[in-house]
Amino acid sequence: MPADTTEKTPVFDVADEQSIARSKEKLDAHTAEIIAWHFHPSTGSPFWLEYAKTLSFDPLQEVNCFDDLKKFPAFEDEWLRGGPVTRWIPKGFAGQPAYVFETGGTTGTPKSRVNLRDFRTDYEEFSETLPEEYFPKGANWLMLGPSGPRRLRLSIEHLAQHRGGICFCIDLDPRWVIKLIQKGWMEHLEAYKDHCIDQAITVLESGHDIRCMFTTPKLLESLAIALEKKGTTIREAGITGIFSGGTEFTPQWTRFAVEELLDGAFMTPTYGNTLMGLAASRPVVPEDGYTIAYYSPQPRAVIEVVDFDDTNSVVPYGGTGRVKLTTLTKETFVPGFLERDEGERELPYAKYPWDGISGVRPFSKLATATTVGVY
Amino acid sequence: MHLTAFRFGKPYESLERNKLVHFMTGEPVAEVSQVGGAIVNRDLRKAENARKAILKISPEEIVERLQTAGNLYALGTVEVGGVKQSPDDFARQQSATTGLPENLCLANMKKNLFVLSNMDRMLDALSRGLPPEVFWRGYGTEHRDVVVSYQAQSPVLGLVLPSNSPGVHTLWLPVVALGIGLLLKPGGQEPWTPYRMAAAMIEAGIPEEAIGLYPGATDVGAAILASCGRSMIFGSAKTVEQYRGNPAVQVHGPGFSKILLGDDCVDDWADYIDIMADSIAANSGRGCINCSAIYASRHTHEIADALAEKLGVEEVRAPDDPEATLAAFTVPGAAKAIWEQIDGLLDKPGVRHATAPYGSRFVEGERCGWLRPTIVECDSPDPEIARAEYMFPFCNVVKCPQEKILDRIGPTLVATAITNDPHFQRELIDASHIDRLNIGPLPTIKLDWLQPHEGNIIDFLYRSRALQMTETSAVVSTATAVPAQSGT
Repeated sequence: MPADTTEKTPVFDVADEQSIARSKEKLDAHTAEIIAWHFHPSTGSPFWLEYAKTLSFDPLQEVNCFDDLKKFPAFEDEWLRGGPVTRWIPKGFAGQPAYVFETGGTTGTPKSRVNLRDFRTDYEEFSETLPEEYFPKGANWLMLGPSGPRRLRLSIEHLAQHRGGICFCIDLDPRWVIKLIQKGWMEHLEAYKDHCIDQAITVLESGHDIRCMFTTPKLLESLAIALEKKGTTIREAGITGIFSGGTEFTPQWTRFAVEELLDGAFMTPTYGNTLMGLAASRPVVPEDGYTIAYYSPQPRAVIEVVDFDDTNSVVPYGGTGRVKLTTLTKETFVPGFLERDEGERELPYAKYPWDGISGVRPFSKLATATTVGVY
Repeated sequence: MHLTAFRFGKPYESLERNKLVHFMTGEPVAEVSQVGGAIVNRDLRKAENARKAILKISPEEIVERLQTAGNLYALGTVEVGGVKQSPDDFARQQSATTGLPENLCLANMKKNLFVLSNMDRMLDALSRGLPPEVFWRGYGTEHRDVVVSYQAQSPVLGLVLPSNSPGVHTLWLPVVALGIGLLLKPGGQEPWTPYRMAAAMIEAGIPEEAIGLYPGATDVGAAILASCGRSMIFGSAKTVEQYRGNPAVQVHGPGFSKILLGDDCVDDWADYIDIMADSIAANSGRGCINCSAIYASRHTHEIADALAEKLGVEEVRAPDDPEATLAAFTVPGAAKAIWEQIDGLLDKPGVRHATAPYGSRFVEGERCGWLRPTIVECDSPDPEIARAEYMFPFCNVVKCPQEKILDRIGPTLVATAITNDPHFQRELIDASHIDRLNIGPLPTIKLDWLQPHEGNIIDFLYRSRALQMTETSAVVSTATAVPAQSGT
């Protein structure tokens, strides 16, 4: 058990010290492997090989464990904007089919991440966390979330396929939604939401035997209420399992959804983005005050909750800090990316014996400039 | 004290709570449950029940119960947030979180009491003498023996209430008496009036299924405005613009209320200084009916100086001081930011800060700030500051020829025109950008509640439409129903 635990007695199964130590060893070994790949002249990406020339240390020699990553200067998210995106593809993967996924981009050049197979791997690993009872293998899925140049659309489809099902999708452009909010065109916003929900209900009513769904909290609310107006429910429409994500996933919202929207369908919150992949949550239960705690897919990605001013120091358990993300896959290396979110550091969970984060919300110092909860 | 949400009769404790603290000391005052917009959307599916619950009681009985509620609200002790609350407790709590002096909180209670006590007269005036059961049955016969039909446009009125102006609550008090339920989103810092009024109404026998209290973030307001058949919001000029032309939303923004001195009276300006000062400074200048500009063709220098001498000396006092007149800005940094904005406009050509000799206008507190009354003289309507309105006693004295006043004043919620010139009076009456018009030396803040305010609320909540029934169709007063004819 780590020394600086929270005062409140945890109601979940806290990881034991051996498991925590093992996961740490695994992370260190994985970090060294990823560094060796990204900074070796024969396999590394043009970006990192060029960047290494500007460093005062040799990553191949001096980065041997996760903590050694602190030697890197802060990662600047501006580097992710613009082209050529091929600068991010490791030479070891040259010639392989590549995808580019974008994030943000309401105005100006969006940030992007090149993917070869990472999104498939992330969602295959996440698939293992889904309970069969609610997400049965072979079931068909509905993807009611952002489409277009986003990783999510293909990822959910791959998840459905990986589990033996087919994914039905609707179109949703979150950049247009953000513009509608910024312009104050609330009637158009409602109309666009209704347009998406109408399509979803049509798919659900068309005999496709859809039992699983990805959606966002806002769209889940709208879908549930639209179905109620038709005299039915999400559960009666055939849905048994929902996975959902977004920073508006608060304990109160989850409680409301469980008590009043889902009609017994199972919902698992997730926290994810184009850089990280997908962080699963530990079970969200009333006894834990509907606390939503996420655990990153270590060792492929690591979330740290760091001090707002000293971003190389994690806050004590239960303390509030900014989300710092490190991506460690052979396709993508991003050390210490400071996300636009904050939250509380959570104790390692038995199933995920490393640090978690709860109460994820937009970073308070940036929140006024951020439009959230839009789709 | 914990103020729970109230879902049309059912208290609801949220896992998320907003902690309200005293604006000066930071001491906790109350916690308020915070709900999301989806709860509003879900509960609105059963909004019909709110109206049905009211309609089970006769309209006359509802009015009597509202009068009882008014007395309980203003004079009695009611249970709010599980705690017994006297009028003095209420004033202390409201002052603590809004920054309004306690004596002004008590004065606003009296306004609400007046409206509730005179509800029968108000309804009679606003409905032009219609029998109240017309709103219950949807039709009836008016005194000229003509069948009329009034169709409710929504079973509940949604209200997105402000934090900074406790005076606005008079606007929604007649709603229940018109057979319509209430869905209230209290202001973040001012839950006190909606909660106390709801408690008083329920104790007086208004059905609890007719009232909803949904404190929360902006998505609650968005849900109300998107989903209620009729709603009201109080906000900035931007908010007004956003909902302009939306028949389901009545938006109350800045008032830009003014006093206009006619050429025939302006030489006697000194006789009206008290009226001007009251119009500017009453209720700490927070209301949309407070005067933000005085227009005159001459003597503007003397008027500005006289107002500055009268109001500029006002000092910040403790909120429990009976002499306190100035409300605090409780959002940290707000008062300073507003003053910096004003200061940036004061050094423009044609602008003079008349209260400058009376010391700094910005007073900084440990956790809040105040702005003392500010009078500005403009030598024409052109300077940007001439069109400004702020949430404290602030007024421009603008020099403008009488024949150009109506072209230059812009939208005006209340205009007090001091003139006996019949030609000017005629132009004022015809000016469609003036909402409430006072002709003669009446303060802009003096409202006749028997007349409509920013539109007649009955016209907003109900649609007057034709209803014809054949003699065999029974329930209509067939003696007066005109037989249906084809064509127009």
